[in-house]
Amino acid sequence: MKLYCLSGHPTLPCNVLKFKSTTIMLDCGLDMTSTLNFLPLPLVQSPRLSNLPGWSLKDGNAFLDKTELIDLSTVDVILISNYHCMMALPYITEHTGFTGTVYATEPTVQIGRLLMEELVNFIERVPKAQSASLWKNKDIQRLLPSPLKDAVEVSTWRRCYTMQEVNSALSKIQLVGYSQKIELFGAVQVTPLSSGYALGSSNWIIQSHYEKVSYVSGSSLLTTHPQPMDQASLKNSDVLVLTGLTQIPTANPDGMVGEFCSNLALTVRNGGNVLVPCYPSGVIYDLLECLYQYIDSAGLSNIPFYFISPVANSSLEFSQIFAEWLCHNKQTKVYLPEPPFPHAELIQTNKLKHYPSLHGDFSSDFRQPCVVFTGHPSLRFGDVVHFMELWGKSSLNTVIFTEPDFSYLEALAPYQPLAMKCIYCPIDTRLNFIQVSKLLKEVQPLHVVCPEQYTQPPPAQSHRMDLMIDCQPPAMSYRRAEVLALPFKRRYEKIEIMPELADSLVPMEIKPGISLATVSAVLHTKDNKHVLQPPPRPAQPAGGKKRKRGSDDIPDCKVLKPLLSGSIPVEQFVQALEKHGFSDIKVEDTAKGHIVLLQEAETLIQIEEDSTHIICDNDEMLRVRLRDLVLKFLQKF
Amino acid sequence: MDPECSQLLPALCAVLADPRQPVADDTCLEKLLDWFKTIADAGSSLLLLQENPCLVTLLCPVLKPQDLSPRVLAFLLRLAGILAAQEDCFQHLQQGDLLPRLFGEAGPLGGAAWTAPTVRSGWIQGLCSLTQHPSALCFLAHSGAVDTIFSLQGDSSLFVASAAGQLLVHILGLSMQAPAEGHPSLQPAHWPACAQKIVGHIEESLRATATPQVTQALNVLTTMFSHCHDPWTQVLWVHLSPLVACLLEKDPVPAAHSLVDLLLSVARSPVLSSSSCGLWDTLAQTLSRLRASQAGPLALGILKLQECPKALRAQAFAVLLQPLTCVLEATTQAPGLPGSVGGTADAPLTAGMLLPSKAACVGLLCQTLAHLELLQPLPQRPSPWPWAPLLSAAVTILRLCNGSATPTSDTGTHLCAFLAGCVRVQRAALDFLGTLSQGTGPQELVTQVFAILLEYLTSPDSSPTVLKKAFQATLQWLQSSPKPSGGGDLEPHAQLFLRELLPVLPKRLCSPCWDVRDSGLEFLTQTVRRWGGQAGFRHALLASEVPELTEQLLRDPESYVRASAVAAMGQLSSRGLHIIPASPGHPGAQQSLLEELLHILSTDSEGFPRRAVMQVFTQWLRDSHADVAADTEHFVARVLRVASQDLDWEVRAQGLELALVFLEQTLGQPSSSCPYAMTPPAAAPPSLVAQALQPFCRVQLFDFAFRALFDCDRPVAQKSCDLLLFLRAKTASYSDQQGSSSGPDVASLEAALQRWQAGDQGQPLGDLEPEAVVAVLRSLDLEGLRGALAESSDHAEQSPLSLLQDMLATAGILGENEADCY
Repeated sequence: MKLYCLSGHPTLPCNVLKFKSTTIMLDCGLDMTSTLNFLPLPLVQSPRLSNLPGWSLKDGNAFLDKTELIDLSTVDVILISNYHCMMALPYITEHTGFTGTVYATEPTVQIGRLLMEELVNFIERVPKAQSASLWKNKDIQRLLPSPLKDAVEVSTWRRCYTMQEVNSALSKIQLVGYSQKIELFGAVQVTPLSSGYALGSSNWIIQSHYEKVSYVSGSSLLTTHPQPMDQASLKNSDVLVLTGLTQIPTANPDGMVGEFCSNLALTVRNGGNVLVPCYPSGVIYDLLECLYQYIDSAGLSNIPFYFISPVANSSLEFSQIFAEWLCHNKQTKVYLPEPPFPHAELIQTNKLKHYPSLHGDFSSDFRQPCVVFTGHPSLRFGDVVHFMELWGKSSLNTVIFTEPDFSYLEALAPYQPLAMKCIYCPIDTRLNFIQVSKLLKEVQPLHVVCPEQYTQPPPAQSHRMDLMIDCQPPAMSYRRAEVLALPFKRRYEKIEIMPELADSLVPMEIKPGISLATVSAVLHTKDNKHVLQPPPRPAQPAGGKKRKRGSDDIPDCKVLKPLLSGSIPVEQFVQALEKHGFSDIKVEDTAKGHIVLLQEAETLIQIEEDSTHIICDNDEMLRVRLRDLVLKFLQKF
Repeated sequence: MDPECSQLLPALCAVLADPRQPVADDTCLEKLLDWFKTIADAGSSLLLLQENPCLVTLLCPVLKPQDLSPRVLAFLLRLAGILAAQEDCFQHLQQGDLLPRLFGEAGPLGGAAWTAPTVRSGWIQGLCSLTQHPSALCFLAHSGAVDTIFSLQGDSSLFVASAAGQLLVHILGLSMQAPAEGHPSLQPAHWPACAQKIVGHIEESLRATATPQVTQALNVLTTMFSHCHDPWTQVLWVHLSPLVACLLEKDPVPAAHSLVDLLLSVARSPVLSSSSCGLWDTLAQTLSRLRASQAGPLALGILKLQECPKALRAQAFAVLLQPLTCVLEATTQAPGLPGSVGGTADAPLTAGMLLPSKAACVGLLCQTLAHLELLQPLPQRPSPWPWAPLLSAAVTILRLCNGSATPTSDTGTHLCAFLAGCVRVQRAALDFLGTLSQGTGPQELVTQVFAILLEYLTSPDSSPTVLKKAFQATLQWLQSSPKPSGGGDLEPHAQLFLRELLPVLPKRLCSPCWDVRDSGLEFLTQTVRRWGGQAGFRHALLASEVPELTEQLLRDPESYVRASAVAAMGQLSSRGLHIIPASPGHPGAQQSLLEELLHILSTDSEGFPRRAVMQVFTQWLRDSHADVAADTEHFVARVLRVASQDLDWEVRAQGLELALVFLEQTLGQPSSSCPYAMTPPAAAPPSLVAQALQPFCRVQLFDFAFRALFDCDRPVAQKSCDLLLFLRAKTASYSDQQGSSSGPDVASLEAALQRWQAGDQGQPLGDLEPEAVVAVLRSLDLEGLRGALAESSDHAEQSPLSLLQDMLATAGILGENEADCY
């Protein structure tokens, strides 16, 4: 069993597991931090950006892709754990010869589609006049200024996929539900479990009859909108692959939400605008819910909230229809009947308005001060670029970063100098190290495998020994482009016996509680399933030609010799020999047993734990006599 | 016993003795016992029995305990004990052979009823009341009860077990008093047999290997040494101390907590404080033998002792400080800094104690901090008190908790992992830091204190309770910072801090957590009260958004926050820090704060904000706030009108307080405010009084006060009574001169008051004349009313007669029901 690690990003994992003749890809996250190396894509021609000297507006966005560690066409299935971890799917399913199936839950697929749609839309609506790729040449890259020249593996950066590729990739997905058991070629069974992190997010169990591998990706134990995490089913794992822990282990999400609300209220009260760069799904639902409870108490009822994204409408609507994937509290609302999320009420009362882009209706409705939720959190493309340009000059305005995926300082770099206030309240509800240690104590896997970042404290806080995984035996760590041999051996395989065959068995008790029976059967193996079938009957002596021909295929069934069991007590054996007229018997002890020497007959009987040899000089009669004597001491069946 | 009760008693006894009659509840039986106890204490129990033979009859069914419910059986045992406490009555009951049957082998002891803990408890309490005279001791000796008590020490019911221990102490004390009042024998071997038996049992238990037995013995001794200070106890201690010392040899020391309690009670006993007993050595040895978490309470106890050898105190203090020393050493570059806490010899040991588990570490640190917090204000605290190292330890712990400390050793790294984000330790450390503000520390440490407090107040990760503690500690530190010599109220240092804090406060006032907004407002109220007059502070506050936000919080959805906002606004306004925003877009701009508060008082659905408004108004009236002083009468009239309608009694009571302030301001201070004043209260000249009463009539103060006098809530009525008494004293001379007036006005007023008293408070009194009021004040029996109100509200229902009636009624009603069934 091997694990191929294709991504070094702990929260955007991509691993391939080879297990019992299947090749399973676990997630395909897309690390988009390389976009930070590019200039923002403005919706409106920005004189400031276009007048920058030197390397301006040269290329589209590109993304880091996988290394050539494994031939992607050999991947049988891809298991997706949440919508953030499937953003690289088109790169894998298209143009690599991939012919397998992708498994994901329905909300994951729908919201994943929204995220991809938004991404493609953001990139495609600002087409490039020209494109350059010469800079990818290592010799030229070396000449670039500092952060750019240090970027690694630039050659693997790719252009953003198209909507066509997205559709094609998504068509390869098969929908699954929590706890549904999916057979892969009869060899293994995979099961998604609720992970509590996002709508439809799952952890996966990959098991055969005798082995169990758990794959834990982005999970949360906090009470937010999704169904709570299923921990019990992770018990008794041989290997637990642990990825997707919180990216901000020192920040407590509750405190951050408080901070978010307070700063938002303060800014708006002073007549400033608030900009929240965010993804169109996920934490935004929780933020809107908090604001729903908060705005009246904070006197913000008259402040408009705008949600601008090509997929804003679908995201808000989708969240309301996936009731079965929500936490219990929200599920019960559906029976009242009420929409599970309170943002429906915000929309009804006109407090929250959503627009596909800032062109069109938004321009006429727009009034300040206001709060705007829009993408992309990298600040490199999407409507957020426009708002940064628009509001950046006033110190009354505030930009509040809630998504932890990008460094906010780097994201802000191309907008400097900036007068607006910047607040960093990363809200990451995924497991923190305290929760992980509790989880591991409860689930008790034999081995834990995790990205190497989790096995040491963060570099900036090297004294925080609490910010790492602490388990026994120590977790095995992996890094990008590493192949890990997972530390357990397969020992058993399950074989079924056909009922007729089982009927014909006659077990014999050889020790109290242990019965044995010999089986003669044909082993039939198909689709990784093994079945013992009754042997064909011996061929009829009289039969037509056809029959005779048919019986040619049947393997020969030899007459079975009985099997022996038991051990030979040497002293009694010697007595028995003497009784039968052998004299001058000598017994020698050896490491493995005894040697009985019949000096007169020049014969040697070697008695060992699992074999007995009679060595005599061409005297078959003697050998048979001795053999019969030996057999008397053994049980036959 | 009054005759009515005597008449009812036989019936009640019959009910109690009848197993078919269920007894109402335990409280009735408790009250009944209390009543018998008062009767027995007041007179002769023998007489009581002779006059009420039904009582003896009642005690008899105990002979067939299976018929009785456990609670009645327990009641009877306790009643017998109370009666037999007097020797003659004891003899009387003995003659009837009743006592052995109740308390001896023939009684419930060992029967089925004994399985009920109530019965066992009743048995012990009965014996405890009974054991008051030598005859009782003989009885105990003969009945073999003492052995039963021994076994009850290990009872499954904690109440029974603890009562058994106390009973043993009681018996021992009595038996030692009995033989001779003179000097006790130096050898327990010469003590009375009963005492010897008990002491022997204790010795045996102390030698036992099972911890529960040792604990029992130690608990008995602890009770004895803390309640009995006769000379013989010293003899006993000298006799037993070697056994106690033996306990210290064991590893681990058994029953450590009980041992600590015992040693401390011995050390506190006035007869034993001499050093001849070797107590100090034992204490010192115990300190060094116990684990850190067990030694802490002992060390604190030793340090609280009035007299104690210096060396022992030093050792105890070192033990107490050990965990903090360990924390400091784990985080400082060079171990053993001159400023570090206490000695360092034991630190590695404590490091071992701190580190095994998070729970142990957190528990020990919280305990240590709480102990030091208790010790610091005591006069006998160690001197010099190590302000600086304690400060730096508290700051270090807080830094470990928020992850900003840099550990210098493995211990430190572990501590950091244990304490990061631990709310319990944060709270304890902030509390402790707050108390440390009483002392003085080096300037650089004070800077660190303010820095860490600011970190906690700013951090989004501080939990609401931690934040509250941080605000409290901050206030304490600000209050204690020394005034600068050059004038001004705040030390420049603290002033700078406040300036840094003010930008944080708005964020807290906007928090989605109501408790954070609440503690932020409380902090604001306190700081404004203290530094509202200081120019630098005023300037910074006015430049911030705080006053505006505070006003917005008057409309907060949470009532506690509204209440705190009311208090804060009241304070801001008193200090002239409430500026009405001039912006035309502001809807509340035209409305003054007074109007807004009145609006809250009349419309808020919760009591807290309304109470807060009344407090602010009272304070404003006291301070002659500008808005109030403009037209005080009008103000008082409006407030009283609204307050009188309020459903919350505290609001009405506060309204009376406001009325009293108004009275005082008009008439002068009440004489009772200074009971030791030499000058007799000078009554005002009559003409002046009549004049003075006019405004009260105009603001309808009397209407409010009389209404309150018959308020269904006792505190309101009491307060009103006090107010009217004060008023009557003030107007005494006036009415004397006027003589009794009986005009039509007075008659109608009295009639109205009578209706009110009867519960019909619908009609207002209308306009009143001062003369009529004075006349009514004289005619009302205010003293009588005050006396009646001073009684607890259920005094009428508490009489023994009503108790008996109640119990009989309950039984009677049950009887009727039974009849209905047929």
